[in-house]
Amino acid sequence: MSLKLSSQSMQRVKEVMTHYPNKQAALLPILHIVQEEMGYVPEELEADIAEIVEVPVVKVREVLSFYTLFNRRPVGKYHIQMCHTISCTLCGHRDLLKYIKQKLGIDVGQTTPDGKYTLSVVECLAACETAPMMQINDKYYGNLTPQRIDEIFAGLT
Amino acid sequence: MPFPKLFTDNNGGILTPYINQECNELKNYLKLEGYEAAKKALAMPAEQVIDEVTRSNLRGLGGAGFPAGRKWSFIPKDSPKPKYLVINADESEPGTCKDKYVILGAAHVLLEGIIIAARAINAHTCYIYIRGEYVEPAQIMQSAIDEAYEAKILGKNVLGTDYALDVYIHRGAGAYICGEETALLESLEGKRGWPRMKPPFPAIEGLFRSPTIVNNVETIAYVPMIMNKGWEWFAKLGTERNGGYRFYSISGHVNRPGVYELPVGTTLRTMLYDYAGGIRGGKKLKAVIPGGSSSPPLRPEEIDVKMDFDSLAAIGSMLGSAGIIAMDEDTCLLDMLMVTTRFYHHESCGQCTPCREGTGWMDKILNRMLRGGGRLEDVNNMPDIANGIMGNTICPLGDAAAMPVLGYFKKFREEFESHAKTGKCHTGEFTSWKPAGKG
Repeated sequence: MSLKLSSQSMQRVKEVMTHYPNKQAALLPILHIVQEEMGYVPEELEADIAEIVEVPVVKVREVLSFYTLFNRRPVGKYHIQMCHTISCTLCGHRDLLKYIKQKLGIDVGQTTPDGKYTLSVVECLAACETAPMMQINDKYYGNLTPQRIDEIFAGLT
Repeated sequence: MPFPKLFTDNNGGILTPYINQECNELKNYLKLEGYEAAKKALAMPAEQVIDEVTRSNLRGLGGAGFPAGRKWSFIPKDSPKPKYLVINADESEPGTCKDKYVILGAAHVLLEGIIIAARAINAHTCYIYIRGEYVEPAQIMQSAIDEAYEAKILGKNVLGTDYALDVYIHRGAGAYICGEETALLESLEGKRGWPRMKPPFPAIEGLFRSPTIVNNVETIAYVPMIMNKGWEWFAKLGTERNGGYRFYSISGHVNRPGVYELPVGTTLRTMLYDYAGGIRGGKKLKAVIPGGSSSPPLRPEEIDVKMDFDSLAAIGSMLGSAGIIAMDEDTCLLDMLMVTTRFYHHESCGQCTPCREGTGWMDKILNRMLRGGGRLEDVNNMPDIANGIMGNTICPLGDAAAMPVLGYFKKFREEFESHAKTGKCHTGEFTSWKPAGKG
């Protein structure tokens, strides 16, 4: 395998390929492993990934661009994803988004100059009972208020 | 994600005790007779297991409501191909947030249901397709699977029998369409989540072109209790053609949003006012979505409806994923429909023209109307576009986008007319729109 990842990640790649009767089915798990290690899926790795799962490279590109969770460019250390679907909008998502934009001095889709925060809005995260909510990296944060947002951000080092 | 608490009625619910006693850990589940139902099922002929679930009237709780036992019976017994069981944990219908409670609090109950269902259809491999954003639930599910392998509950000799079963987690990557069963299968195979034409149905030709059953998390989690207590017990709890309890997610403008496990057929009024504590700030209810954002909204005078598949269908809405969203009197329904339509536009896979184009047009028109640029003809054009999508696509995402548009324009037409005529919203929020090219 020519994919350049840490030995732990390569071990996970080998393991995950045993879960399926063909190699292509391991594509999504492999993309997750790459992104967990590098923060995004660099274009230059697409061909190596294609070789491992034995599909044309265009198929890897197709999958990468279809799924919104795969970043094709680097994001900040903390990727803030605010839900803007119906329950979160009803419970005041828009005011909180304004608050975060002001606090970080960036707009949706941008990263702070120090590379610490990237701000996105996303469709339903399935935590409507805690609306308004957001996800920062792997964690969900619900029942947001400006004060709670201050506390959460203060805890991010 | 904090450890979830589930709420239920005075009888204590069915899955609630397991969730509240943290049956994501094996030792806790074993205290509550965990895996006894699986042992029972493994000692029975497969047909009897299917029969038990069919008679219980357990319906698919992901949204479509198809009888679970009947679905299992479609698996061809004489096929030499391997059979697959796939658990749909891709929950992503706006308003719905229940399956994660089963995983976070009762992962072992789900695993026991998986063993029973796999045995019923003679599958030796199960994939749990879990939405990519659910990182913590996926970790909790994985640790339950690891515990089960360690205790020889899974693997080559399930619970000391000669039945072999492997369970793997497959994480999605942020595509709503992958909750649709054939798109989910494509995604599992390492492709874009593009729905397949049916037939062939997955039970005949599904994952890796083999017979496959796709069931929702909540559906499978009820199976162990049905095996333990018998089909009659479960069937009696619900309504005539819809057995048992189920989870209702309640969100929006209510005092106590949350996930409630209640008997099928409890009225919407009881759920909103007795369980969820009524409308926030003592305001009046303006509209309520009963079954996830794709279900047509109801007016306040319609909330005495029983929350089951048939009763809601009878009044022109649907129970779907039982995601209830309440909106108070100050809500702009045009705004809420725009947010809903934007979701379906964003999530359309793009394969079928009516859905790809239609959701885009509806999104654009609603945005224009919202910002004061409405035209009277929009009030007729919008339902026309929705009708052009309805029934004309491979998968139900097109219908899911069209139904709310048809519902809102039918039930609240006056509000859309008023926006179109006056260019103003009664909430005063959207006033900055200027037509393109006119400064």
